[in-house]
Amino acid sequence: MNDTTQQTVSDLELGPTELAEQLAHTWRTPRTLWGTLTTVDHKIIGRRYIATAFVFLALGGVLALLMRLQLARADNRFLTPDRYDQIFTMHGVNMMFLFAVPVMEAMAVYLVPLMVGTRNIAFPRLNAYSYWLYLAGGLMLWISFVLDMAPDVGWFAYVPLSGPQFGAGKRSDIWAQMITFTEVAALAVAVEIVVTVFKQRAPGMTLERIPVFVWSMLVTSFLVLLSMPAIMVASTSLILDRLIGTHFFNPAEGGDVLLWQHLFWFFGHPEVYIIFLPAVGMVSSIIPTFVGRPIFGYLAVVLALITTGLLAFGLWVHHMFVVGLPRIGESFFTASSMAIAIPAGVQIFCWLATLWDGRPVYKTPLLFVIAFLITFVIGGLTGVMVASVPLDTQVHDTYFVVAHFHYVLIGGSVFPLLGAVYYWFPKIVGRHMSERLGRWVVGLLFVGFNLTFFPMHILGLAGMPRRVYTYQAEMHWGGMNLFVSVSAVLLALGFLLFFVDALRSIRRGPPAGHNPWRASTLEWATSSPPPNYNFTRIPVVTSAEPLWQDPEVLPVSSGLRVDRRELLVTSLTEAKPQARESSPRNSIWPFLAALATTVMLITSIFSPWAVLWGSIPLLAALIGWFWPKGTPEDEG
Amino acid sequence: MTTKLSSAPLAVKSLLMCMLLMSSLCGCEREKRQYRTDPPVAAALDEVAPMPNGIAGAPPDAYVAAGEPYKSNAYDLSQGKQLYSEFNCSGCHAEGGGASGPAFLNGWWRYGPQAVSVFVSIRDGRPRGMPAFKSRLTTEQIWQLAGYVQTIGAYSAKTSAPGRNDAMQSRPSENRSPAKSSYASDQWPYSAAQ
Amino acid sequence: MALLRRAIALSVCFTCPGCAGWQSALDPHGQQARGLEGLIWTFIWVAAAVWISVMAVLVVALSRKSGRGAGNERRMRVTVGGAVAGTAAIVLALTIISFLSTRLVSSEASHPLEIRVRGYQWWWEVTYLDARAERVFTTANEIHIPVNRPVRLQLSAADVIHSFWAPNLAGKQDLIPGRENSLTFSAQQPGTYRAQCAEFCGVQHAHMALLVVAETPDAFEHWRQSQLSPAASPTNPEQAEGRKVFTSKPCASCHTIQGTSASASIGPDLTHLASRSYIAAGLLQNTRGSLAAWIADPQTIKPGNNMPNVPLTANELRAVSAYLAALK
Repeated sequence: MNDTTQQTVSDLELGPTELAEQLAHTWRTPRTLWGTLTTVDHKIIGRRYIATAFVFLALGGVLALLMRLQLARADNRFLTPDRYDQIFTMHGVNMMFLFAVPVMEAMAVYLVPLMVGTRNIAFPRLNAYSYWLYLAGGLMLWISFVLDMAPDVGWFAYVPLSGPQFGAGKRSDIWAQMITFTEVAALAVAVEIVVTVFKQRAPGMTLERIPVFVWSMLVTSFLVLLSMPAIMVASTSLILDRLIGTHFFNPAEGGDVLLWQHLFWFFGHPEVYIIFLPAVGMVSSIIPTFVGRPIFGYLAVVLALITTGLLAFGLWVHHMFVVGLPRIGESFFTASSMAIAIPAGVQIFCWLATLWDGRPVYKTPLLFVIAFLITFVIGGLTGVMVASVPLDTQVHDTYFVVAHFHYVLIGGSVFPLLGAVYYWFPKIVGRHMSERLGRWVVGLLFVGFNLTFFPMHILGLAGMPRRVYTYQAEMHWGGMNLFVSVSAVLLALGFLLFFVDALRSIRRGPPAGHNPWRASTLEWATSSPPPNYNFTRIPVVTSAEPLWQDPEVLPVSSGLRVDRRELLVTSLTEAKPQARESSPRNSIWPFLAALATTVMLITSIFSPWAVLWGSIPLLAALIGWFWPKGTPEDEG
Repeated sequence: MTTKLSSAPLAVKSLLMCMLLMSSLCGCEREKRQYRTDPPVAAALDEVAPMPNGIAGAPPDAYVAAGEPYKSNAYDLSQGKQLYSEFNCSGCHAEGGGASGPAFLNGWWRYGPQAVSVFVSIRDGRPRGMPAFKSRLTTEQIWQLAGYVQTIGAYSAKTSAPGRNDAMQSRPSENRSPAKSSYASDQWPYSAAQ
Repeated sequence: MALLRRAIALSVCFTCPGCAGWQSALDPHGQQARGLEGLIWTFIWVAAAVWISVMAVLVVALSRKSGRGAGNERRMRVTVGGAVAGTAAIVLALTIISFLSTRLVSSEASHPLEIRVRGYQWWWEVTYLDARAERVFTTANEIHIPVNRPVRLQLSAADVIHSFWAPNLAGKQDLIPGRENSLTFSAQQPGTYRAQCAEFCGVQHAHMALLVVAETPDAFEHWRQSQLSPAASPTNPEQAEGRKVFTSKPCASCHTIQGTSASASIGPDLTHLASRSYIAAGLLQNTRGSLAAWIADPQTIKPGNNMPNVPLTANELRAVSAYLAALK
């Protein structure tokens, strides 16, 4: 027996300074390249994830500006049609798969363990693996764009256009494999979040004391778990069709073109709620803080989240209203698509009630929430419009739909996200962002966004279809398109200012205390930024607003070891302590496993044998990952 | 106390940027899509110099200068595949298995496997029934078709070869390795001796 | 009220083409499109009213001084509950209006004019069907229909998914390989309406348009008769030379001109090319000059489309464009 620690060193015997020192040592990540590659600290990985996602946002924004430049004039020749097709595909794919879902998951990776009062996320090595895989998928896609071989079939890649006969070359294979990268990464994070929320909450955090953001991430994670398999089936079937000649989507041999659409949209509709629900969770965190009262109708809001999640699976055919399905079937989906407005309405009314009854403090996060309310309601209402089958037969695949989804995605998700960045930046970095610049950002984004996207509703009704690289002068769409393109510059300036503010504030923002906004949730109970062990002692929760119940005193638990990485596992509903669980140390295996997976997935674009040969290094990496190391943490 | 951007990943990121910029210069020939060839170049592509017996010979200078694109460019191969079905090549050659015309799948080429021979066959026709397509296809189209036909009987799978048709399956797809192995030359009416 | 509506419409239309246009959903000239336009405006007004109410509540919520009383929570609960119930009622009403609208615009027609529309990358093949085989004819990129008679398009696709959308006349319907879809509509006034492909179908999706010409029944019959006849013969030596060029060059291996030896169906039928207003699927006005430009270099005008650059001398180009421009 080589157990060098003969005595159990728990936090019971230690004073605060010594406790902090010992914990910092046990949970440390060295500031070297090796430390970067081996860390399993959810905060480091979360920051990395958030920063990478915002880099992709900026790149996607540049693509949007290129498109608007091309469309500013009729018969423009700034971009060739092939390049334009690659750009609009990249824009959609990048924004949906490399920015929107990962950034929401990344915020959760950072915040959820802090909000539920634990030391690390569940399955920390899987968390590290997820990031490297996401980065690899993103790089693969962008490198293909630089090499002029990016996918050019739209972000939803309908067959037969993306199929083996009409999709020449490897473009659509790159699309399909990028899906695999990002979906495995997303599934991994979803699993971690579910387990963290279910089993690692602070003692006393019963179900009705869970913060609304955590609820929203829990529902989102279930959406991920249940919807992503559909697109994995779809993308895998597409690769099989293209690479080895299967007939999933070949009508001549018994396949079906519409199978693709059903599989894709069964994922695709929950996907937009995967992007939207975290944002409403963020709104539900920001509003109470800045009006000084708890959220109105907590139970209603949580039930609305869950209902939205459930209903989200019953809407997908509204993307297929013009493919010639039976009318009765389509009408069912009209009813369900309209019905989802009801839980959305519940949330909006509860927020309005919270604002009504509170005392608003107009800081940037709240300004973003107000911008969100104004914009998202428009998007939701045009959503009700496109939910109607007959109306959709006129506006489907036109700029009206482009306007609608940008209203709900940017208005409904990006505005809350940016507000959340302003809100949690002091916690993550330890410094505030600039309040002055923040107001400019909100203003530019709000005005720029509405001027850019509102006219698109009119363009769609005027007959302009989607995904056109140019239009003829006789259509008289030129004036409005020019207006939209010029307004897009305003929108871009808003984003630019946001990036400038964020980057400057990292080094030079005013320092923040541990709870500068006087918020009520647990992440504000620790320092800004949090120490690598999150909390010196695990808090004990006795209300839904733990930091408001008693601003001076926070009850804590003790008894966790300080010489090993340990966290507390609690029961599902009552959060009663059940066990001390050891948390893995830093490990290189997630990185190596991600490397092996990347090699396998990329080479399998070119040959099916790569799946066989490529799985051998992956197997080796997984064996290394799970091999018992004889470290104290192995004893559990 | 760690900050958001530690120095090590920044170095990695800038290295990645440099690699990206460099790779953008070389591009990827197989995936390039060129829709329009300059008319002088297109005319020059017709200047093959076949041997007197019509087998093999020198390809046009323009073709060599362009890096022999029609054999390995994915877009050209898929256009060739479309031409194969539109111009009813299967009427005599079936889907490569051969009927009244010779097979491609057995990997045996009556006039030699070189691209020039296949081009000349399509452009000028051959004795015993192969029509001349000189007046029915443009030069580039004939090159695209020739390049595609070569993939049908290729000895090893080409990465850029097209996949299966969205039609009834009549043979393994061109990008399976190798198409030739599925058929033996003695199965068909026209053998090597003829 | 009408004045206000007109004022709004005017200001919106200042930079906007939407309200009147030959490819506009808000300028209906067909029975289906009219029903849909009414639905669109209904939804717009309801949505505007809801948005204004929510914004009003937001403004008041942000500007009032808070007063937290015990009865406040209960009162707010009642109000929120009422708002949710109101939302549910509005949603239900809109759903029912949608159902009724669907029934209205898709009532089955008796004895419609049957036209088969087949989508290709990137043009439309149009075949007028008839019980008698000798009255069946094929054209491309332009449909003529008689007013006030239901027309049923049988929609199929030759390669990838396309979508037929003539917003002045009806909603859209996809053309899906391996599936037979149909779209029934009728025009209520004579006129020329533009339709465009509304499902991304590849590199020239942007230039896949089609013209729908609604005319009086007599004019339609006259048109139909002329379409049934074989191609016009050349009337001068230049046109005769043009026909010779056409049939001896690769043109004849893709296109059909009834009455000549050109009878291929890879590209559009050109028998009555000069009777159409546009060429290249709605891209260029049909004049001799644009014909010549198109034939000389289609890959510059519509990069990536399936018509190759056929090398022609200047004389050949002049001759063939003269011939084609005379094919009424």
